[in-house]
Amino acid sequence: MRISYFPGCTLKNHAVNFDDSTIAACTRLGLTVTELDRWNCCGTVHGLASDDLIHRMAPITNLIRAKEADADAFMTGCAMCYSTLKRANLHLRENPEALSVVNGFLSLEQTDYRGDLDVLHLLELLRDRIGFAQLAARVERPLSGLRVACYYGCLLVRPRAAAIDDSENPKVMEDLMAALGATPVAFPLKTECCGAYQVVADPGIIAERTRRIMGSAASHGADLVVMSCPLCAYNLDDRQADARRLDPDLAPLPVFYFTQLMALALGCGEDVLRLERHRTDPRATLTARGLL
Amino acid sequence: MAIACASDGSADLAPASGQGAPRSVHEAPHAQPHEQMVTVYIMGQACQVPATATIMGGIEYAGHQIIRGAGCREGYCGACATIYRVANDYRVRTGLACTTLVEDGMTLTQIPSVPAGKALYSIADLKPDLSAIAQTYPVVFRCVGCNTCTRSCPQDIRVMDYVQAAKRGDIPAILDLSYYCVACGLCMLRCPAEITQPLVATLAKRLYGRYLSKKSPELGERIAAIEAGVFDEEYLGLMAMTPEALSQRYYAPADDDAED
Repeated sequence: MRISYFPGCTLKNHAVNFDDSTIAACTRLGLTVTELDRWNCCGTVHGLASDDLIHRMAPITNLIRAKEADADAFMTGCAMCYSTLKRANLHLRENPEALSVVNGFLSLEQTDYRGDLDVLHLLELLRDRIGFAQLAARVERPLSGLRVACYYGCLLVRPRAAAIDDSENPKVMEDLMAALGATPVAFPLKTECCGAYQVVADPGIIAERTRRIMGSAASHGADLVVMSCPLCAYNLDDRQADARRLDPDLAPLPVFYFTQLMALALGCGEDVLRLERHRTDPRATLTARGLL
Repeated sequence: MAIACASDGSADLAPASGQGAPRSVHEAPHAQPHEQMVTVYIMGQACQVPATATIMGGIEYAGHQIIRGAGCREGYCGACATIYRVANDYRVRTGLACTTLVEDGMTLTQIPSVPAGKALYSIADLKPDLSAIAQTYPVVFRCVGCNTCTRSCPQDIRVMDYVQAAKRGDIPAILDLSYYCVACGLCMLRCPAEITQPLVATLAKRLYGRYLSKKSPELGERIAAIEAGVFDEEYLGLMAMTPEALSQRYYAPADDDAED
């Protein structure tokens, strides 16, 4: 299956371990993943004003590039990029007038965009196009004994129209982790907001959110937390020290991208995990389960 | 810009010195009888110019002296940024006046300078990554992805793609994508996010040159050999030769054995 892939800006910087592990894990699965040869920032954050088309140009330009790539599927792994691209796509599908304004504005582009492309999150692609049973058959190093809390945050499951799974109790990541041989851990704050960009305006909000979310995951016995959003990962990993100032008993809890655990289980080398980039060192956790 | 356009005789517009009065649409004395003429509107003034003229040639043919807004006249320097429209088309077009031909009904003006705030930085204090962009030109993060800059570029550069590379801190990609930029400034004039694209490109080129470009050990070795006088004898020998002898040696068939 030929898949065109939208990495997103952060995956080329702070979250390069997300990018590397996505490519490595998908390649192990026999998928041909090709980064779009031209792409721009997804637009970060979907504008809520229905007539604010200028802030939808970024995702739409990407959808045009994806259309031109003409692959079997168009996929991204970043929850933020997924949400922005998906919602812009839905907006155009549902608003013929907006679609015509956009195509008028972009009349020098080779391709008119018709809203006729499916924006897939990698988790959807794995669940719906590959199948977790197929994936389980490819596991070389089962993540046995690893207790994983799956954190969805907002953008994978809200709003409902752009959700990859049930908005209240999603389980696609738990199913993936089970396929990899890990033990998913239920915890009640898996769709709680991490505080997102409030980290810029008021880091105190993030400290409190991180204390609650990571504290809840730890108290339910998780060895680590997996997610799909670099901003969530920044808040829950890089800002964990702030949370610990609020609660000195908060145990250090490593944060992973789900693709890193896929890469690990599918037998990719440790180098694609880029463990040195984690703020909360995950080595001891993986070593304790015999995975390093 | 000092285009003097005075064909209507208004007092505040001076005719270009030494070229006589600018010609109006009704008179085109320099045109050869067989030469096809078109009408262009230079800053609102109708002028008849040869159909084969460049915009710059047309402006000068009409009798205006370009004081700012012309440089190399060969498409290299970016001094002659021009915006124009053509008849029956809503689109604002852009081009370099020296390499764009006039069209009948074209209405145009030159943009001799685009105001832009150049960041002050010491290259030695910057790192060739996203941090340098964030410190010097954080305005790139205002990009909305509309691609207007790309459509405005007379060099056909994918301007937005390098702005996006800047947003990711990909310095080599900025260099590659912006390589043929002549800094005419049309992209930053058209940008709804008010980004100063050519300045970002220049920064990236400096960062690349300073930190990322491939180093040539051979260059150092050769300079050392020159300084050690390895080539002095041969050089003095060449300098002592007569022009005839030098020419004979220059045009002598290559010595294949020596080549090997």
